[in-house]
This record gives sequence, C-alpha cells and structure tokens, in this order.
Amino acid sequence: MALRLWASRAASQLRSSLHLRGYATVIQDLKYTDSHEWVKVEGNSATIGITDHAQDHLGDVVYVELPEEGTAVSQGSAFGAVESVKATSDVNSPVSGTVTHVNRELDGSPAL
Amino acid sequence: ISGKARELLEVKSVLRDKIPVIRRFSGGGTVIVDQGTVFVSFICNKDAVPGLQPYPQPIMAWSSLLYDEVFCGAGDFRLRENDYVFGNQKFGGNAQSIIKNRWIHHTSFLWDYDMVNMTYLKVPTRAPKYRMERDHSEFICRMKDLLPRSAFIEGTIKAAGTHFLLRFVPCDAIESSASANFMPLSRMLTRQELEAAIDAEPESLLSQSL
Repeated sequence: MALRLWASRAASQLRSSLHLRGYATVIQDLKYTDSHEWVKVEGNSATIGITDHAQDHLGDVVYVELPEEGTAVSQGSAFGAVESVKATSDVNSPVSGTVTHVNRELDGSPAL
Repeated sequence: ISGKARELLEVKSVLRDKIPVIRRFSGGGTVIVDQGTVFVSFICNKDAVPGLQPYPQPIMAWSSLLYDEVFCGAGDFRLRENDYVFGNQKFGGNAQSIIKNRWIHHTSFLWDYDMVNMTYLKVPTRAPKYRMERDHSEFICRMKDLLPRSAFIEGTIKAAGTHFLLRFVPCDAIESSASANFMPLSRMLTRQELEAAIDAEPESLLSQSL
C-alpha cells in the first residue's frame, strides 16, 4: 500500500464531516489505532497522521522525524517520531506499505 | 533527536578539552555529566502505573508526585515547567522516550558540579520561561547543599517502593543479561561530527557565542 504521511491537523480540517459521539470525536472514513494514529484509505493508498488527542497530549512539538520516501513500513511498527520539549514519542504505522510522500511542511512547522 | 551540537555546545572548547559528547535517544536538553551526577530512570510498561496516559505531561506530573514524597516540601521542591527545581533554581533535568508499549522517564540530578564545566553549554534557544534569561550560574543549584546524598538515594528508593514492588539487582547482573541483539540508539559523537558543527556555524552564531 502506498502511504502518505500527513499533518494531524488534516483531521481537524475534516471536522465538517464529523459525527460527534459522546466525548469522542470520530471522523468519518478514518480508522484509528490504540496508539492514536489515524489512517484514511483511498484505493491502494493511505494517508496517516496522529490524532488531535495525541497532539494535544504531546505538548509543543518541536521536531518531526519522518521516514524517507520509498521506506517500507509494517503495521504496528514505528516509522517516525515526534519530539516535544522533553520527550521523543514513536509514531506507529496503522498499516503496512511503502511510503510515497511525506509532509515536508513539518520540517519547518513541526507543530502543524 | 533534533539537537544540533553547534546550537547546544561551545564546540571549540569541547574539542579542545576532549569532552566526550553523547547524543541521547530521548528528548530533553543537554546536561553535563560528572562524577557527582545522580541518574534516576523509570522504564515502565505502558500499563505499569494504573490510569497513567503514556504522554509527556502525565508522566512528568506522575514523576513529580513521586519526588514530592522524597523531598516532602524541603527546599521548596516542585516541578516547574519540565524541570525539578528548588524555588526557581533547577537541580534536575528530565528526558523521556515513549514507544508503543513502554516509556522511559529519566532525570539527571545536579548533585554537585564544577561551574567551569557549565561553560561547555550554550544557553539554549529553547529555554523554559522561568529561566528568564539567567545564565547557568544563576539558573541551577547543587542538591548537596540541601540534603545528604544517601538521604536522597534512600528517599527515592522508598518513594519508588510506594508505587512498585522493588527488587535489588547488582549492576553486573544487569550487564550480563543484556541481549546480544540490543543496539543502543544513544551514541558518542565523533570528532569529525563536532568539527563539522564548527564549520556549519554561521557568523551570527559565532559572534553570539563569544
């Protein structure tokens, strides 16, 4: 599967199609891991990000370590990391596949 | 993982005095390690502390509760932003790494230090607000001025014992049980990497560091 790694704010930008459910905000067409990554599958490709819940709890994000395009990732395994002021936190892939694009805007704006 | 030697260190002095530099796998800032430094690391499965969410701030807050039990208010101990302080002076720096099923929270405690060694560190561009642009001499303090080393170590063990069941393991038993497949992510920077950091330093940074 081809993977696009996108900023987590993409989740918030999709809020117009939200279906509020109790205290959880679940966006249609997204699947979630228990480690708070989301994935949107479209055909043979998928877009991955971290949820607002994760980003809020990470605090100020100062750096995002992204894989190189062409890297193979496995479901459940770490493929990158998010660095906040005092912590590095792994980001785990919800699916297996090959990275085709990464969001290079995160290089200059890690808190995106 | 994002730290750049040229931004964090007085690299020329570090090279001149042959100070080893280690890049940690965890987050956090740069610390001087000497014979007096006390390290305390909590390596926990994600479910080890009931109800604790495996994110930086909850772990940081939990750790401060544990150290509250150690200091019992002495020295006006508190967690301030992400540092352990007495009043407004830092004595403990924290770093964390959080993976899928485990996390580590580790602290380097400034037991005693030679202020001369602190000159190897630049004032970081990303500093806590409470630092208020103070240089190292005004920002940090020595733990030994507040309590005996044995009292701190025994107090920390006792406080840990209120959260976990403790078992003492000799250091050589830990080393011998290390997996042959384990590849540490922390590593020493090479002389070439440090020299490259000097070469990469722009004029504006050079003038600020003088």
